[in-house]
Amino acid sequence: MDLIMDNKIKIKSNNLNVFYGQKQALFDINLEINQNEVTALIGPSGCGKSTFIRCINRMNDVIDICRMEGQIQIDDKNIYDPGVDVVQLREKVGMVFQKPNPFPKSIYENVSYGPKIHGIGESKDDLDQIVENSLKRAALWNEVKDRLEEPGTSLSGGQQQRLCIARAISVNPEIILMDEPCSALDPIATAKIEELIDELKKTFTIVIVTHSMAQAVRVSQKTGFFHMGKVIEVGTTEQIFKNPTNNMTQDYITGRFG
Amino acid sequence: MTKEQRLKKRYSAEKRFKAYGIISVCAALLFVGILVFKVFSEGSGAFVKTAIQLELDLSKEKLNLPEKPTKEDFENIDFYDFAQQHILKIYPAITTKEKKELLTLFSSDFEYEVKDFILSNQNLIGQKVFFKITAASDLDQMHKGNYTRDIPEERRKVSNFQLTIYDFLLKENKISKIFNNYLFSNGDSRNPEIAGIGGAMLGSFFSIIVCLIISFPIALLAAVYLEEFAPKNAFTDFIEININNLAAVPSIVFGLLGLGILLNVFELPRSTSLVGGITLALMTLPRIIIPCRASLKAVPPSIREGALAVGASKVQSVMHHVVPLAMPGTLSGTIIGLAQALGETAPLLLIGMVAFVVQVPGTPMDPSSSLPVQVYLWSESAERGFVEKTSATIMMLLGFLIAMNSIAVYARQKFEKKWI
Ligand SMILES: Nc1ncnc2c1ncn2[C@@H]1O[C@H](COP(=O)(O)OP(=O)(O)OP(=O)(O)O)[C@@H](O)[C@H]1O
Ligand SMILES: [Mg+2]
Repeated sequence: MDLIMDNKIKIKSNNLNVFYGQKQALFDINLEINQNEVTALIGPSGCGKSTFIRCINRMNDVIDICRMEGQIQIDDKNIYDPGVDVVQLREKVGMVFQKPNPFPKSIYENVSYGPKIHGIGESKDDLDQIVENSLKRAALWNEVKDRLEEPGTSLSGGQQQRLCIARAISVNPEIILMDEPCSALDPIATAKIEELIDELKKTFTIVIVTHSMAQAVRVSQKTGFFHMGKVIEVGTTEQIFKNPTNNMTQDYITGRFG
Repeated sequence: MTKEQRLKKRYSAEKRFKAYGIISVCAALLFVGILVFKVFSEGSGAFVKTAIQLELDLSKEKLNLPEKPTKEDFENIDFYDFAQQHILKIYPAITTKEKKELLTLFSSDFEYEVKDFILSNQNLIGQKVFFKITAASDLDQMHKGNYTRDIPEERRKVSNFQLTIYDFLLKENKISKIFNNYLFSNGDSRNPEIAGIGGAMLGSFFSIIVCLIISFPIALLAAVYLEEFAPKNAFTDFIEININNLAAVPSIVFGLLGLGILLNVFELPRSTSLVGGITLALMTLPRIIIPCRASLKAVPPSIREGALAVGASKVQSVMHHVVPLAMPGTLSGTIIGLAQALGETAPLLLIGMVAFVVQVPGTPMDPSSSLPVQVYLWSESAERGFVEKTSATIMMLLGFLIAMNSIAVYARQKFEKKWI
């Protein structure tokens, strides 16, 4: 029973092709991402990892020249159907960016902004509760509980990134997308976030883009290797890193190119 | 060339470059200094006026008032006659010519000054009081030292007899300089001693307010739309180019536009600050849109993405995050645009704000002048009394411009928030 639950497919892409103007960035991507798992996407720079995860919350919609074909299904529903509301989709699919980007407002407002615009916390007490819970789950509460009115930008880089994670989980999403969330952080802050990811996967489905093989091994259950806009190989993290079937994957994870 | 020589050459080049810089900064400061010095030395006199002290006998028989005067009785007093009698008592003048010369030492408004004084001080009836009457402009200029008396009488504005009276009054300590309240309360006048910039200041104020109310919201909305929502295509490129062109169009062209459309087509009242303000708004609009767009563009895209990623709609991300963050830039851009509009003369000339307006405007619908136009009007006038008034007006105009620009700098620093 547990096994079946664990392997339920949350996100599925069918023949996804993405173009920036004339240039094609993704070619026929077919990928399945399981619920309550961490899926790591690895691959050399420019291979289309960011493009792919930005398709999952339709963040590419804001780029004028970006055009896509194919489908992405979340819970078996195509999110690119004309009837789908992007705002509701993004409430369900949160995102954490490579560079921490807190709003230049107070820590409290950073976390309460999402619930407020979605009408989640009705009263001030509700909002306080959501802010506290989100910050606790992002393992930031103890560091900021006495300074909630200070600007979010006054925190350290690692704290800012955890604040962004708190902001993402404040609206209770089902999926969290992370695009190289630790690339701007030192090892200690990285370790904290990795610990956090492990905890968060109990509630959320997580897709993480990373350039660190070690990080992929530490946090993920499933790994996809991208190269030149194509998925070369997908499998359990153990399989990909212990005995990859494709030579390119082998070369990449052993650091021979990329 | 050896290494040492090259080093020496580089050092001397750097020194020369620094010297050029210092020289040009000094030259600029020198010009500003000369300008400010000239304006101040010429204009500061306008803030005081010469006044002559009279002793008024406010007894009832002199004023022709009954025992229990009513309001009507006060209205019926012949103030001209009353004032004239007192003035003629100040110095013995015998011939009609002498009497006339004595009277013309006083401002042509002396009757009204006495009237205002008596009507607002009815408790003083029956007493003898000292009252200061504004002197005529020629005496004023004489007293301020702007006229020399060492020239023959026929080339002087002040006659020999008048000079005798002046010396007598000086000796009696009856001439003094007091604060020139007319400068700020009065409108324009043919007589320099009672002409003021009160009307021009209010006219400028109304125009700028109208200009602000019209141009700021339109400019901000246009900038937000163009920067955040408009698709990037040939049409929006065309609009962008035209906004830049419009910002460079000479201001007089906007005056023609105001004349042709606002006055001739819509038949709005001529010479009013309403029309002036709308015309200035047309001119200011592109000049505000440009800095507004620049400050919107300066907001990092990561902020927009952050808002969108938690499920804010496009409008919410712009209104909640981008526009507030761009506020320091939009505010200072707007204030600087308004400061430019404040100093504009040409478009106002065309829509008739150059008219001679004595009345101080009460609303934007009243005919009025404006500060720069007043400078233009007075600088044309031959009378010596207007020279210092012109400079005083420039001082006020510069004061307002400096104040507005300081507010712009302050707003920018105060509201600027740091982002990563
Ligand atoms: N906004 C854009 N406009 C045009 N081309 C783009 C844009 N964003 C990405 N691309 C192109 O799409 C391809 C994939 O880019 P993407 O950012 O997805 O790579 P990535 O795998 O995330 O790389 P990195 O590891 O360096 O972040 C690249 O060739 C890139 O040049
Ligand atoms: Mg990337």
